[in-house]
Amino acid sequence: MNDETSKSGGEPIVRLDKVNKYFGSLHVLKDIDLEVTPGEVVVIIGASGSGKSTLIRCINGLEEFQQGALEVDGNPLLPHGKATKTLQKIRTEVGMVFQQFNLFPHLSVLDNVTLAPMKVRGLSREDAIKIAERLLDRVGIGDQAQKYPSQLSGGQQQRVALARALAMEPRLMLFDEPTSALDPEMIGEVLDAMRELANEGMTMLVVTHEMGFAREVADRVIFIHKGEIAEEGPPETIFDSPQAEPTRQFLSRVLKH
Amino acid sequence: MDVTFDFDWQAAFASIPHLLTGIPYTLLISFVGLAIGFIIGIVFGLLRISPVSWLRLPAVAYIEIFRGTPVLVQVLFIFYGLPQLLGGPINALVAGIAAIAVNSGAYISEIVRGGVQSIERGQREAGLSLGLSRRQTFRYIIWPQALRRMIPPLGNQGIISIKDTSLFSVIGVGELVRQGQVYIATTFNALEVYLMVAALYLVITLSLSFALRMLERKGLVGQ
Repeated sequence: MNDETSKSGGEPIVRLDKVNKYFGSLHVLKDIDLEVTPGEVVVIIGASGSGKSTLIRCINGLEEFQQGALEVDGNPLLPHGKATKTLQKIRTEVGMVFQQFNLFPHLSVLDNVTLAPMKVRGLSREDAIKIAERLLDRVGIGDQAQKYPSQLSGGQQQRVALARALAMEPRLMLFDEPTSALDPEMIGEVLDAMRELANEGMTMLVVTHEMGFAREVADRVIFIHKGEIAEEGPPETIFDSPQAEPTRQFLSRVLKH
Repeated sequence: MDVTFDFDWQAAFASIPHLLTGIPYTLLISFVGLAIGFIIGIVFGLLRISPVSWLRLPAVAYIEIFRGTPVLVQVLFIFYGLPQLLGGPINALVAGIAAIAVNSGAYISEIVRGGVQSIERGQREAGLSLGLSRRQTFRYIIWPQALRRMIPPLGNQGIISIKDTSLFSVIGVGELVRQGQVYIATTFNALEVYLMVAALYLVITLSLSFALRMLERKGLVGQ
């Protein structure tokens, strides 16, 4: 499906087949089917508690699911968090940016970015620093590399978090409400960095409330309602002529202001 | 009510050289005991939060037993009780170190547990999402941060354990209080000598407080 919306096509890098997740008796993800092709930017929207964050957290195994099949780049993730070997492999290929940044406060900006390439990829410190400096420059933090996270603004911290994830040269980037914890004047700088990344062809799965960003950058928008994919399609269709009633109600609430 | 008592400064100061001979024992028991207690605390504190329930159980038992009984009873048990089991006497110094180790170890286990659990879940998630193993995430991300948060309560425990060593005068370890008692037995200047004993404890504990404050100030950079 959506051949016209995916930029490069080919084998999907992410494939979810009837994924179900429960928190106790609460059914938070219901029969989720999703395929993301390389180069595609998929934005997931939906109300708080609809399951959109849980969905992307399943993709790198931060949440377990109970039924269904999930595959990232050909590596299967099994229900109930089994098979930790492939899980770690998947995590090295999948970057994630969190709402709360989650930078390591005891490490300098530079060390935040070099840690995983050195410990996971086995890079030498010099090589890791080279990569880190290039990425920090790219997100506009090059001159703050020696500072500690607490000395940076929220927007700067989130850009460091982006550089930290990119340093692992991921094939897929997950964004879990990356601007929701930011002061309004800092949202733009983070969205700009993400837009640039999308333009370079990074495969991205973005959970966000930034509808302008979704409309402009997404190849495909997915609307999640009560744990189900209620509607999906190109952004113009979703935003201008939504078909499902929940989508209409949600958009009329968030687009009003 | 005409109690006049001349505080004999000369006697007080004269006792100091003798009292000082107890300080190496006080420090030795405290620091070796605490060092072992720290290792015990790391092991049992981490077992205490293990996802495996049969590993948590012995940790909980150890912590409750040694936190719930007086250190004086513990040292008496080790010094007088254990030899009956082992069939040979235990050196008083060793008994004192062992008592501080197992007693502080129980408290430090709880300090370690609290420190590790205080680190936000997002830190672990960030480490794992970068592809670090659980072990690497703990070693490079969780533990260094937890250790910094543990410094103030560890300092507290250090001061408590240093003072606890004073109880070991009862098993005849030649520590500070014991030296005071020995000195008073010949000079009868209890007021002066115990005041000096107290002052010497204060010198030790204040030095530790000061060192910890410096460490904290340094260690908290970038928190």
